[in-house]
Amino acid sequence: METQTITEVKEWIKAAAVEDFPENGGAAVLINGEQIAVFNFTNEGRWYATQNQCPHKGEMAISRGLTGDSEGHPKVACPFHKRTFSLEDGKCLTDEQYQLKTYPVKVENGFVFIGIE
Amino acid sequence: MKKRIVLIGNGMTGYKFCEKFVASSLVHEYELLVFGEEPHPAYDRVHLTSYYTGTVPEELLLAPAGWYAEHGIELRTHERITSIDRNSKTIISEKNLSYSYDILILSTGSSAFVPPIEGVEKKGVFVYRTFDDIDKIKAYIPNAKKAAVIGGGLLGLEAAKAVLDDGLPTSIIEFAPRLMPRQLDPQGAEILKSKLEEFNLEVMLNKSTKCIMGNGSVQGLEFNDGSKLDTDLLVISAGIRPRDELAKQAGLEVHPRGGIVVNSKMETADPGIFAIGECVVVHNMVWGLVAPCYEMAEVLVQNLQGDSKEFLGFDLSSKLKLIGTDVASFGDALVEDKNIKTIVYENKARGIYKRLNLTADGKYLLGGILVGEAEEYNMLKQVVNNKMVLPENPEDFILGARGGEGAAGISVGDLPDAASICSCENISKGQIMQAIEQDGAEALPLIKKCTKAGTGCGGCVPMLDDLLTHYMKSQGREVRKTICEHFNYTRQELYDLIKVNEIKTFNDLLATYGKGSGCELCKPLTASLLASIWNDVIVKHDTIQDTNDRFLANIQQRGVYSVVPRIPGGEITPDKLIVIGQVAKKYDLYTKITGGQRIDLFGARVDQLPNIWEELIDAGFESGHAYGKALRTVKSCVGSTWCRFGMDDSVSFAIEVENRYKGLRSPHKLKGGVSGCVRECAEARGKDFGIIATDKGWNLFVCGNGGANPRHADLLASDLDKETCVRYLDRFLMFYIKTAGPLTRTSKWLSELEGGLGYLKDVIVKDSLGIGEKLEQEMKELISHYQCEWTTVVRNEEMRKKFRHFVNSDQIDENIKYVPMRGQKMPAKV
Repeated sequence: METQTITEVKEWIKAAAVEDFPENGGAAVLINGEQIAVFNFTNEGRWYATQNQCPHKGEMAISRGLTGDSEGHPKVACPFHKRTFSLEDGKCLTDEQYQLKTYPVKVENGFVFIGIE
Repeated sequence: MKKRIVLIGNGMTGYKFCEKFVASSLVHEYELLVFGEEPHPAYDRVHLTSYYTGTVPEELLLAPAGWYAEHGIELRTHERITSIDRNSKTIISEKNLSYSYDILILSTGSSAFVPPIEGVEKKGVFVYRTFDDIDKIKAYIPNAKKAAVIGGGLLGLEAAKAVLDDGLPTSIIEFAPRLMPRQLDPQGAEILKSKLEEFNLEVMLNKSTKCIMGNGSVQGLEFNDGSKLDTDLLVISAGIRPRDELAKQAGLEVHPRGGIVVNSKMETADPGIFAIGECVVVHNMVWGLVAPCYEMAEVLVQNLQGDSKEFLGFDLSSKLKLIGTDVASFGDALVEDKNIKTIVYENKARGIYKRLNLTADGKYLLGGILVGEAEEYNMLKQVVNNKMVLPENPEDFILGARGGEGAAGISVGDLPDAASICSCENISKGQIMQAIEQDGAEALPLIKKCTKAGTGCGGCVPMLDDLLTHYMKSQGREVRKTICEHFNYTRQELYDLIKVNEIKTFNDLLATYGKGSGCELCKPLTASLLASIWNDVIVKHDTIQDTNDRFLANIQQRGVYSVVPRIPGGEITPDKLIVIGQVAKKYDLYTKITGGQRIDLFGARVDQLPNIWEELIDAGFESGHAYGKALRTVKSCVGSTWCRFGMDDSVSFAIEVENRYKGLRSPHKLKGGVSGCVRECAEARGKDFGIIATDKGWNLFVCGNGGANPRHADLLASDLDKETCVRYLDRFLMFYIKTAGPLTRTSKWLSELEGGLGYLKDVIVKDSLGIGEKLEQEMKELISHYQCEWTTVVRNEEMRKKFRHFVNSDQIDENIKYVPMRGQKMPAKV
């Protein structure tokens, strides 16, 4: 079985309060000058984070995409041209050549933290 | 070492041979070397006209260029073979290279037949056969003002429509006394002629061309009867001529009228040489349709494998859509014999002609003709081919059943298993039923994949659908187009579930009727349904909207948005124009007039949207819903108040209608138009609904659109007073909203609506379902809930907060950059 490489988290950075993020949807945060898309799967009680830039045309738009799942695996569709990406490993599900960087997320004391290498 | 088959010709038949070859045992014994003289690998010549109208060559290829190598076939395109040496078993190409063969197959196809008319060599004279021919016509069109096509057969009519659509007045010249003389009888041809004339095609019959006039390039035609015709572009489409020149050079027998002579096993007199396709004469004729040519490829592959198979002739029935008119002929269509009986139905007003030829005892169908309406074609062809005994009232086939099951009481269930359903791929009903029943191919794409049926001309697809539906019904099941993996329901079912159970959120719908987390298909669909049913403010459901609806603006390059205030009917006061100018200036927005008679402001950051809208709303503007699958605009011409031709006040009516339906959420975007007279300056017939003034009232047209597949709207009702016109519109729009599939424009909806325009007229105008009043009531209810959603947002602090780029910072997105252009700005490339 393929195992996912977990990058070592050097630092957890506080992004924003839980209520700043929409339920069952995404929003962008700015962390150390980097745009990161954070997704709140409220129904499932899970969070995901990826780069905000879509690798297809370079638009900063992934956070505005529609979230959902494909056979139980969480995904997001870029609003520009509807390429979909796995939120588990960032792989593009509709076009192999594209890949999103993913980040670990944790929630503590009502705040969302993003893990940076 | 493997032996070598050389195939000369990479047309449709040649390709079919390759396809059958790789699936046969021949691959173990032979290598295959294929030559094509055109630069492109084999393409779908049947749909050549779609290349004319803009389909890229790659989409018409029968297999991608890489397919051949992947299957061990060497394909050499752009290399014509010039001679065959049967003694040394070699061929020589135009590049002076020679290749040896063990088996040689000629699939050289045919070329356009050009009659020896004086002047055919002039500039501006073309044939219509290959990509290259079409490129040449296209390049010449800008020089031309008027076109003519010699040949009123199938291909000639297609060519005529293509140049007509490029804006040239076009004449069709036919030698025979009627159009399509091989397929149609005089009455059917006359109906087709009047249809073509409606499209402004001039049809000239009984004309034989004496010479092509002009000094160097074509300027006109002179006919044998002394008459003349001005034209500066001429397409000759007078039939095909088999390409037999190679065979002739090699000393093989060719038919006096052209064509390589082969027997029913596709053998020539040389045991090492075979021929298939349009280049051959077998059973004393050339077979100029794709299906029999495919059959020849199959016969040859079988025989080369050592089986014994013969080409026994083929059903030449055909159905096609010519210039929007269905034309079909099947079986013995033109038989003129005193011993047969015919049933004829003709409706000149609607442009319909149908003819059935029966045996003298009335028991069997021999063939027939359908013009203008040909839905019965597939079934009638089956009745002929399977020699099925006719029911008591065979006229029901062409008149429609009057209170019975299926037309005339014969349905797909009655067909024998041996019935050939897909003639391109020669697939029988039995094979299709096996795929459905045993291989679980319970959807059209699966049937196509499993059996290849329906992958050729596509003509049998409706029958595949019928077979599947028939099977599902027999199992007590039904075929449904469900939304996605999260909802096992159709759009219409979800519409009813939401309405009956008063569901107000996606989460409730998902919890009650769905599974998983949803996706980019079911979320916006549900958002659209909730809006169509409750007309609630969509921002409350922002995370299930497509991004345009989420931020109430259209996303553009670099993730900025555009702002389009509503300008009903395109009428605006100078003061309001000034406000738009001031707002654009203040926020440095790029401005452009849209096709829908309003003004688009581009380049707003998401955080600027509420401020911009606040200023517009304070000046009296409302959302234009340019971002929504909703009513966009109702375009108008200037109408009778100012225009000297105007029959009625189109601007006032357009404003009234736009204000009535503004913000109405629907399965796809909706556009309307109102013209003050038949000159149609508002282009209302290019809209989902169009209203055109007459001297007696208003004509209402429905289901048109522009875009990639333009379609003129059809007349729903004529000479209406305003009130009735609006009532029909209410019914029409509500009926569409309730029954259309997701993201289906009205034109597509109508084309898929069982019963078509006739049925739609019955429901809307005659109220045949008795739902007219209910539809009007539902529309009234929806309209009463309208609110400008931007007004709601700018007056609500919580909602305004949703419009920001980062939730943890007020910084703006540094990715947004502009460069100057003509005194305004445009987004810089990423």
